[in-house]
Amino acid sequence: MILKPALAFSLLSVAFLTFSLSIYLKPGFVAAALGVEKDKASAGRLVWQKYNCQSCHQLYGLGGYLGPDLTNVYSMPGKGENLIRALLITGVVQMPAFQMSEKETDHLIEFLKQTDASGSADPRGFSILSSGMTIRK
Amino acid sequence: MSPADQHIGKRYLATALVLLCLGLIFGLMAGIFYLFPGFGNYALDFRYWRPMHVSAVVFWIILGATGCVYSGLDFFQPLHSPALARLQWYLWLFAIVGIYYSYLKGDFGGREYWEFNPVWALPIALAWLLFLVNFIKSVRKIAQWPVYVWMWMTGLLFFLFSFTENYLWVFPYFREHFVTDTTIQWKVNGSLVGAWNQLLYGTAFFLMARISKNSGLGHSRLAFGMYFLGLFNLMFNWGHHIYTLPTDTYVRYTGYMVSMTEWVFFARIVYNWRQSVTDIQKHYYHFPYRFLMAADIWVLINLSQAIMMSIPAVNLYTHGTHVTVAHAMGTTIGINTMILLAACFEFLIGKNNVLNASNKWLNGCFWVIQAALFIFWLSLNIAGVKKGIWQMSEPQLPFSKMMESLKIWFSVFVGSGVILATALFTLGFVLLRFQWTVSVSRKRVVDSKE
Repeated sequence: MILKPALAFSLLSVAFLTFSLSIYLKPGFVAAALGVEKDKASAGRLVWQKYNCQSCHQLYGLGGYLGPDLTNVYSMPGKGENLIRALLITGVVQMPAFQMSEKETDHLIEFLKQTDASGSADPRGFSILSSGMTIRK
Repeated sequence: MSPADQHIGKRYLATALVLLCLGLIFGLMAGIFYLFPGFGNYALDFRYWRPMHVSAVVFWIILGATGCVYSGLDFFQPLHSPALARLQWYLWLFAIVGIYYSYLKGDFGGREYWEFNPVWALPIALAWLLFLVNFIKSVRKIAQWPVYVWMWMTGLLFFLFSFTENYLWVFPYFREHFVTDTTIQWKVNGSLVGAWNQLLYGTAFFLMARISKNSGLGHSRLAFGMYFLGLFNLMFNWGHHIYTLPTDTYVRYTGYMVSMTEWVFFARIVYNWRQSVTDIQKHYYHFPYRFLMAADIWVLINLSQAIMMSIPAVNLYTHGTHVTVAHAMGTTIGINTMILLAACFEFLIGKNNVLNASNKWLNGCFWVIQAALFIFWLSLNIAGVKKGIWQMSEPQLPFSKMMESLKIWFSVFVGSGVILATALFTLGFVLLRFQWTVSVSRKRVVDSKE
């Protein structure tokens, strides 16, 4: 009796590991986004985590709910790099003024440039297929 | 085995209850700061309270599940090494103290839901490894594992795998590729929830078999069918979290198709409904059973919502809104916490104690929890639907104006949250006080014998 569940468990586990591996290998086959310094962007992700930005902000709709989604804030009309730098220094009603070093600010901005270059998080940019799946317009 | 060894499960359950009470206090503070961001000008703002709340609640579930597995094993299989279980507990204590110290110092650095400095993940991973070794060595002599042993083993194994995977971001190779990094982050979050659900659903199964005195339940073909469907979903359905992320099409379609197999769970619950009603009437006055039945109803509500949210066309409207929060709160409180409370009443208080039958205060708390949770869940859903309409509208109001329009629903959310937390806190306090009294009297008996 124990063999049948053990066999089914093993087969599913092999499929799961193969699926996981296909995701882990992806970065090795994909070029970095144009104009983004990946080392700086990678350090910027650590700054994002160090200051717990995810508590209030989202990227691609994933994260906190107190502030707006920041995936495309880098290229948004009326926003962009200068506004980000200013808000990090002054803060706004809900957001405290962060005491980031200039290097940390540069890295964080490079990270937001990378998220922006990866695509659009605006749900209005999707079409719905008859299968119920969504695709970018 | 000494009595202290036999009661290691109770130690975990009591620790988990303390974390539940702390999590409720931190949650209330987070709720107040969500509603009034500048409240009181305290040194700790929402960025601090949210991870403190989330970690306490996650640890309530994980340590509670650990206590359930040890307490359950105690009924049919001697534990391989109580010393290992105690060492595991000390490692957890070390990690929890370190994590809260780092939160208070503002030393974050981790990912959402695991915001603490990653160094504190090491004692947790080590504690989990000890748990896995102890469990496998304990159950390997059982000739035919009942389904709940399979579920516990799966939960243990996949938690360790996913928790390790949760820290792949420390390697620049993964972190430099934003889309892959985020894909892995949500693969991990989906699988970790699936893993602790295996531990808890296994416990619910064990309790059902014990209360109904039907040991055949754990060996039926249907039970194993449902277990494998749950495992299949744990492994492959997480893609439904990231439909808007520009990840590979096969990841999105896999998430969509696998999530749709959850209709089978839904159909099974509806099909068994009549039988469940009869069982409720039969065991209504047994408190743990009532919590299990409440969990069943919350499974139905949350499963319906989860299936709908897993359809990409619907997800487009709900993703990134408070509908997702409603679902997360609905499952952690409505399902996970109800199963854990059932287990706490069964394992800590025991079958024949009057507290498990007709205590008026506890009965009141039970119903207040269900009503307050429903209002809590509903207010978040309404806020979420309104935000969903906003994010699809053209032209769009500024974010701050949209948030201002939701304030009434956030007030209902915080108000019902206060009531819910008070009732849960009362139950937690009653259980801890009972456990404390029993421990003190047991110690007196041991001392007098010596």
